[in-house]
Amino acid sequence: MSFLRELWRAQVEFVRTFGAMSLFFVQLLRYSPLTLLNRFGLVVAQIFNAGALSIVIIMVSGLFVGGVLGLQAFANLERFNAEEATGILAGFALVKEIGPVITALLFAGRAGTALTSEIGLMKATDQLSAMEMMAVNPMQRVFVPRFLGGIIAMPLLTAVFTMVGLLGAHLVAVELLGVDVGAYWQQLQQAMEPDDVYEGVTKSVVFGFVASLLAVWEGYNSVPTAEGVGRATTRTVVSTAIAVLILDFMITAYLL
Amino acid sequence: MGPSGTGKTTLLRLIARQLNPDRGRILIDGVDIAGLSQSGLYALRKRLGMLFQNGALLTDMSVFENVAFPLREHTRLGERLIRLVVLTKLHAVGLRGAAELMPSELSGGMARRVALARAIVMDPDILIYDEPFVGLDPISMGVIVRLIRRLNDTLGISSIVVSHDLKEIAAVSDKSFLVSDGAVVASGSPAELASNDSEMVRQFMHGLPDGPVAFHYEAPDYLRQLLGKDGA
Repeated sequence: MSFLRELWRAQVEFVRTFGAMSLFFVQLLRYSPLTLLNRFGLVVAQIFNAGALSIVIIMVSGLFVGGVLGLQAFANLERFNAEEATGILAGFALVKEIGPVITALLFAGRAGTALTSEIGLMKATDQLSAMEMMAVNPMQRVFVPRFLGGIIAMPLLTAVFTMVGLLGAHLVAVELLGVDVGAYWQQLQQAMEPDDVYEGVTKSVVFGFVASLLAVWEGYNSVPTAEGVGRATTRTVVSTAIAVLILDFMITAYLL
Repeated sequence: MGPSGTGKTTLLRLIARQLNPDRGRILIDGVDIAGLSQSGLYALRKRLGMLFQNGALLTDMSVFENVAFPLREHTRLGERLIRLVVLTKLHAVGLRGAAELMPSELSGGMARRVALARAIVMDPDILIYDEPFVGLDPISMGVIVRLIRRLNDTLGISSIVVSHDLKEIAAVSDKSFLVSDGAVVASGSPAELASNDSEMVRQFMHGLPDGPVAFHYEAPDYLRQLLGKDGA
């Protein structure tokens, strides 16, 4: 009986949280146009926080992920005397899959956690209540700029990751392993269609949307204590990672 | 005034409608604030200043920007005028020289004074203080006490101060209310409260460890628990 009661309680809690999150999401959407119009400076500041401050980790990761892809592609294609297709394999993997997914996971770990803990601490130290008391809507001043900043930053970070990844694959395949530079880039250029890029862009936009929403929501929903903010920060990484991987599968299945 | 956990801060949050009442009405200038729309509520809040227990300064802004924040949000004043108003308010709390410091560089007392400058920057009609004396050294406490009284008199405003510091409340208040278990149990001037016969009032005013507010938190029988007979 107690198991059933716990199960019921968990379901009620899930529905309640989902409902509250949906309302929060509606509020974010409601205030987004106004914030873009009246507080664009705040949005730009958050693009800088979420994007520019993540650029180093994105570039370093992109370089090494690209390098590994170059290595793996070369090693496996060489068996079939097809090593000149290394560029195609690395390029497709980066543009359509690995670029958007790894960028989103890194975003959750770097920018997402920063957003959640910042908002959680603002809540714990009464800064959000103080804004309310000064007749300033935290939705417009705090949440929406961070939400929009994340959405805009994600595709840009994905583009940087993918470009640096291609460069990493080039360095390994061409400079290190001796694949012909002309074949590497020409085959990639010929094989890649606009639809392939569209798939990567779609994913990065959707992931940006989800990662920003979860990060801001977890901060807003955090228990205003040191432990509560810590838990919320962990939840941001876990829930974003799971959501991104599930959505990745769904988008891929839909677009294929 | 009232013992810890008795509902003082909840009452303040109700007055500022940070919480909604389950029943009853809260009237400010004859207006029931529970029925206000968000824009009506924000219009009302522009007339209220609130000092939070920890100051609640915005940590990514300097002292100057914290005090300027409501002006930048709600007025179209030019930069020179904003600077003039902010420095005037900071001067009133004795922290004009700290304008460029960040909140992390302030002591607890200084942070509360900056928060006070921010609370009065829009010239409110009502100032609400939530436990303004908690955690302050005697000098900072004396400064805050004098500021509360002086601002109240010079700005001609009403102040609501929630606290459990008897001496400080006696120094600033015209009328005090003792709250216990979510209800007002006594009211009057500090002197009237001191001479009140109620057991609750006497326990609070004289700091008695036991009385209506029990020393022991509700627990099972002491001996039974020690000897483990109730399985605890």
